[in-house]
Amino acid sequence: MKFIKSCPQFIEKVLNVLKFTIKKYVYMEAIQDIMATNNNKIITMKEAVEQYVHDGDSVAIEGFTAFISFAAAHEIIRQKRQELTLIRMTPDLIYDQMVAAGCAKKMVFSYLGNPGVGSLYAIRRAVEKGIPKPLEVEEYSHFGMVGRYIAGGSKLPFFPLQSYKGTDLPKANPLIKTVKNPYGDGEIAVVPPINPDVAFLHAQRADAQGNVQIWGLLGMQKEVAFASKKVVVIVEEIVDEEIIRRDPNRTLIPSIVVDAVVVEPYGAHPSYVQGYYDRDNAFYLDWGKRSRDLEATEAWLDEWVYSVADRKAYLAKLGKERIDSLDAGEMMAEAVNYGRYE
Amino acid sequence: MDYTPSELMIVNASRALRGSRVVFVGVGLPNIACNLARRDHTPSIELVYESGVFGAQPARLPLSIGDPTLVSRASSVTSISDLFMLYLQGGLVDVALLGGAQIDKYGNLNSTLIGDYAHPKIRLPGSGGACEIAINAKRFLVIMRLKRRAFVENLDFLTSPGHLDGGNAREKMGYPGAGPQLVITDRALFNFDNDDHEMTLIEVAAGETADSIRADVSWPLRVADHLKVMEGPTAVESAIIREQLDPDGLYR
Repeated sequence: MKFIKSCPQFIEKVLNVLKFTIKKYVYMEAIQDIMATNNNKIITMKEAVEQYVHDGDSVAIEGFTAFISFAAAHEIIRQKRQELTLIRMTPDLIYDQMVAAGCAKKMVFSYLGNPGVGSLYAIRRAVEKGIPKPLEVEEYSHFGMVGRYIAGGSKLPFFPLQSYKGTDLPKANPLIKTVKNPYGDGEIAVVPPINPDVAFLHAQRADAQGNVQIWGLLGMQKEVAFASKKVVVIVEEIVDEEIIRRDPNRTLIPSIVVDAVVVEPYGAHPSYVQGYYDRDNAFYLDWGKRSRDLEATEAWLDEWVYSVADRKAYLAKLGKERIDSLDAGEMMAEAVNYGRYE
Repeated sequence: MDYTPSELMIVNASRALRGSRVVFVGVGLPNIACNLARRDHTPSIELVYESGVFGAQPARLPLSIGDPTLVSRASSVTSISDLFMLYLQGGLVDVALLGGAQIDKYGNLNSTLIGDYAHPKIRLPGSGGACEIAINAKRFLVIMRLKRRAFVENLDFLTSPGHLDGGNAREKMGYPGAGPQLVITDRALFNFDNDDHEMTLIEVAAGETADSIRADVSWPLRVADHLKVMEGPTAVESAIIREQLDPDGLYR
């Protein structure tokens, strides 16, 4: 005490430095909190398309029958993007509509059908007759597209697979090549990596930073997210980071590869989201008839895309009754214990 | 005759799946056939869908192979990459069902296009998973309607390999699977049980003859010595199809 009394100024100085250090530490924590909040990646679909889709880009709106972001496609059509290279294993109605709207110059795909229904007539018109404009095609089998996304995401120069030998696919697409097996006899087919400029991937839920949880048909959502240069995820709902962290196995896409999060309930209609709503099969069957006719197709785009401002307006137009008819019902999974390990 | 040509195809496919363990299912008739087999005679059958579902137990008839009813109650749902790499190429699929717009006498299939590739007359869906299924599944069955324009001498495009140009061509190519075993149509059944692996007529539907089938096949058709007449659906098969699997008659 003597010492302290004798050097009051020194003590004060020390205390001040300590205070400042503590304050600084508390302050830094506060900043980190703010930065975390600022790491909120939520934007609107309109903003997402404005920022991430440019004329001439390669775009992958993936999702195997499920999780197909029609909301993204319709916004791209509304913003009149042109000369896009559209990448999808199954172009589905979503690319039929985008091709009908004249957004595409090229398509990279593996199955060109209306699943369970028949043809994709708008794409056929483009390929067979150049209406509304010719469409360049680059086609693979499903496994070939799978390999391209894996090679794209993992930075491999190519992906080998037991497919293609003896078929006409390598003649139709010279990017399918063969290499000599370096460990044994024979040759094996290879496909090149693919890295889309931007991917739009729908899922059930994410936190604001873009940690995305998906269950149901996982499709290629994970691989496409890692392969693409920019990633926009679209979710049915935003949940707290805490919800994500309590079930990390379900986080298929981590925020590190996500650039933007769009919240768009029913954004996948007429496709579906497991546990949230059913596939609108009636829509797929109806499109199978309507899309045979060019004028009927264009009239649909006018009514359901160009004349509606956004997804909210689309859903209002679709109506409560139709939406209610797609109720998924309920079958909950058992909760599992991850343990605390503190 | 209290059944339709589609039902005849469904029951023939279902019967061919008797005792199979892991079956790769496609949309439409194959889907009904596989679900019929599971409910009628082989409950242990594991239905695999290329959408990533293993051991499906669909509660309703799925319109597409990506229907959410395939996910609910399945034993496993995987990514598409796992499905193609580990399940199919990994060699777990015993039998698959495929279709196509054209087939030739060695069971090679075209589902890509009619006409020339650069200027297609009719653009068809393309491979999907068919190319790798035809190569990797231990064996496969073909389901398609018998028409002269479908049973062709030369395919416009070879999407999914059957026995290629016959004989041991598949072996020479190093394919893991044995290729097409049976072609199931609305009017006849064909197999490839000869050294050339050439399609041979083995059964005809009631009212058909070897000549009536020949008339709708574009090449000189091989015919088995003892041609059988197909049995129509049993009462049990009809009941499962009409009451459980396709009550709305979508595929009748």
